[in-house]
Amino acid sequence: MSDVPMSHILFVSTALFFIGMYGLFTRRNMITMLMAIELILNSVNINFVVFNKYLYPDKLDGIFFTIFIITIAAAEAAVAIAIIINLYRSHKSIDVEDATEMKY
Amino acid sequence: MSASAIIFYIISAFILGAGLLAMTTRKIFRSAIWLLFSLIGVAALYFWLQVEFIAAVQIVVYVGGIVVLIIFSIFLTQQSGKEMPRQPVKRILFSALAVLFGFGLTFLQIWKYNFQPTTKTFNWTVSQIGTQMLSTAKDGYALPFEVVSMLLLAAMVGCIVIAMKAPAATNGKPKSEELEIIKKREQEEITVTKISELL
Repeated sequence: MSDVPMSHILFVSTALFFIGMYGLFTRRNMITMLMAIELILNSVNINFVVFNKYLYPDKLDGIFFTIFIITIAAAEAAVAIAIIINLYRSHKSIDVEDATEMKY
Repeated sequence: MSASAIIFYIISAFILGAGLLAMTTRKIFRSAIWLLFSLIGVAALYFWLQVEFIAAVQIVVYVGGIVVLIIFSIFLTQQSGKEMPRQPVKRILFSALAVLFGFGLTFLQIWKYNFQPTTKTFNWTVSQIGTQMLSTAKDGYALPFEVVSMLLLAAMVGCIVIAMKAPAATNGKPKSEELEIIKKREQEEITVTKISELL
């Protein structure tokens, strides 16, 4: 395991973060934007675990932060999907361009 | 290059390829399935890092919970076979440029800093993780644990309230009943006035 340098693992997490960022920029469908946010949160989790394991192996704080982020991501996904379904009921569409009532 | 390193590069190529396909494919259901593969790849990366507890949590919560929720909501709101509309080329070009520059800048910083891992080993059992998480002593995480449990409860209640159908306040039935009552009262008043006139 030590023959893989730490920067290669950080390369994976950084690339995953910016792939999620690209999805967040280009997609206009709410469900796909939610998926992009899930990818971003996953890349942050990888970072926490790697820093904990390689730099501070005698502590557990990174593991706990990862567990809390996973929990909050689950709660966030549930609330977001409830909002999306409610929006679909009133607008018959979940495109962000169609929901502009509160914009101006 | 050892077998462990080869496995790491295979896993990371799998994660990045599946993630890229999830963000670029135009069919929304395929996008959800690629996201599922990407999350499984992240769980495999945790197994490779030998943090089995986080890998198990990742599989149970993400793969078993969130992706299934997303797929259900796709079936409830979309025609999953239809392709999503193509985005304007200008938007794709500029977001790709922004993302590439951001990635370059961030990774340049990481590369220059050159993190050096310590020689100490990471060996915690799941029972040690649980004990420290629920301890109230120093380095214990009992208070955040309770706060997160309250947050989950609040999120659950919020989901039910948001997704509930609005109560049927202006339905047809009570209105017609009210109208009938009003008509009856008017008729009664008319008869009362007639009777009083006759008297």
